[in-house]
Amino acid sequence: MSATPAVPRADTALRRKVLERLRNQPTARGALVILALIVAAALLAPFIAPQNPYDLTALNVMDNRLPPGEKGMAGLTFWLGSDAQGRDMLSAILFGLRTSLLVGVAATAAALSVGVAVGLAAAQFGGRIDALLMRVVDFILGFPSILVALVLLAAIGRGVDKVILAIVVVQWANYARLMRASALVERRKEYIEAAVNQGLPTLYIMRAHLLPNSIGSVLVVATVSIAGAITLEATLSFLGVGVPVTEPSLGLLIANGFEFLLSGEYWISLFPGLALLGLILSINVVGERLRRSFDAHRH
Amino acid sequence: MATYALQRLIQSLFVLLAASIVVFLAVYGIGDPIELLVPPQASAMEREEMVRRLGLDLPLWRQYLAFAWNAMHGDLGRSFVHGVPAIELILSRLPATLELVTLAMAIALAIGIPLGLVAGLDRDTPLSRIIMGGTVLGYSLPNFWKGMMLILVFAVLLGWLPSSGRGETAVILGVKSSLFTADGLRHLILPALNLAIPNMALMIRLVAAGATEAKAQDYVKYARAKGVRPGRIVRRHILRNILIPVVTVAGIEFGSLVAFSTITETVFAWPGMGKLLIDSIYQLDRPLVVAYIMLATFLFVSVNLLVDLLYAGLDPRVRLMGEAA
Repeated sequence: MSATPAVPRADTALRRKVLERLRNQPTARGALVILALIVAAALLAPFIAPQNPYDLTALNVMDNRLPPGEKGMAGLTFWLGSDAQGRDMLSAILFGLRTSLLVGVAATAAALSVGVAVGLAAAQFGGRIDALLMRVVDFILGFPSILVALVLLAAIGRGVDKVILAIVVVQWANYARLMRASALVERRKEYIEAAVNQGLPTLYIMRAHLLPNSIGSVLVVATVSIAGAITLEATLSFLGVGVPVTEPSLGLLIANGFEFLLSGEYWISLFPGLALLGLILSINVVGERLRRSFDAHRH
Repeated sequence: MATYALQRLIQSLFVLLAASIVVFLAVYGIGDPIELLVPPQASAMEREEMVRRLGLDLPLWRQYLAFAWNAMHGDLGRSFVHGVPAIELILSRLPATLELVTLAMAIALAIGIPLGLVAGLDRDTPLSRIIMGGTVLGYSLPNFWKGMMLILVFAVLLGWLPSSGRGETAVILGVKSSLFTADGLRHLILPALNLAIPNMALMIRLVAAGATEAKAQDYVKYARAKGVRPGRIVRRHILRNILIPVVTVAGIEFGSLVAFSTITETVFAWPGMGKLLIDSIYQLDRPLVVAYIMLATFLFVSVNLLVDLLYAGLDPRVRLMGEAA
């Protein structure tokens, strides 16, 4: 890393180069398009879904477990089949994507905020505060996230808000550690020293100099972590401690199809799983490319 | 070194203490076990008798102290549902989980290391691109869904392998395991593969990165200039240097495999510790959940301590920093 004195603002040339690199990669570009389509489909779900899967009066039990392409009692074609309640799988997936994305993005944003604040404080104040905060971080990172979230949810019960809370609890420590490392490097630079010598208030320096200039790498990691948060939510819902049955996420839809899998009624689990995989895979591919371009331009 | 080791040991004990308090308080919140254990037609007296016998009428801190005292004597309470000591029940399920995790780790290493070498030694061939692309798929696939799809393909559609259970077991040298019977092995393949895939992807990436780096080192160039055969360069000079981080990561990942086996065991109805944990959460079997977590915590803390001490033994800078702090 070169010690050129100070680019005080998050530099836009770097950002432009990163985006350019992203556009020049066919795989990453494809993944970005797929990701955009999935997000659009989730946002527009109430308008494009053939059925409202949460409206129990719209469901007809006679339509239960129809294979893909079959027509239901009311003349609606079930392109991806139906589940045990006669719910159209395509509609259920579109609405399930909303829940999965909401949980993934909200949990990551909240965990990022907590982690960045803690990491920044640890780097700025050092000493005892730093040691104490990092002990807590080590403590949390010492356990596999799935176990911590599982036990926490078993204790507080299921619900979208509770799943988000559980994901924040297991993920913030990661961001705190990254932010601290990044801010410690930044703090040694000359422009920070200059700001300190000018007598600017510590909180102002943290907010206006340290934060914007050291958050970049943490943000890049956060994009990939959205995929991790979505997977965690799906897994918890599959295990029966995640979102409530009334608002099935993709994970819960997959779980509902499990009992019919052995009799060959594959579609109830297959299609929500493919949607989940498409979402996670596209986030991972885009995130990985972002990270690599970012690293390449940093060093 | 002794100072550093002692420091880390005391730290680890504090972690265990903190974990026991956090876990105890968290799990205390899981519903009211009385509702579950006492038959609805039971009289108020029977009910009270039950509460007293389980110690549920005492204040929270007394319950914790009793729990901690007993835990230090190897007694983590009695399962509400099964009526036997929780620790015994968990340990009786341990072999099933261990054989699953061991086989998964073996698969991940046996396939991951060669594929990683192939991908890392020449990054620009189509094959290595396919391998590296495959690793992204490998860690993106949600574990539980992948398991269900394995069941769908290999058990339902093709009918080659069983979908659930542990199959026959046999006892060799006092160890009861599915590894020793053909039927047991057939039952093991799918769950072990399911558990192995994310780790395989990790190993491939680790080995590939190491191989690319090692290939550019002077000692490899020197060996090549000396006329050493390429196969020998890979085995003796490149692979040997990659193996150190691989062994470290494999050690650390062992703990997370035990955690992730919870999901795999649920999907494949594998009678291990993980499935026991999930069942206990459903049944509000509080002592079992607490015992499981304490055992897992003990395991992770011990592994972390061991890894740190090994590092300190290998790298003097680590212990110097520890003593300065």
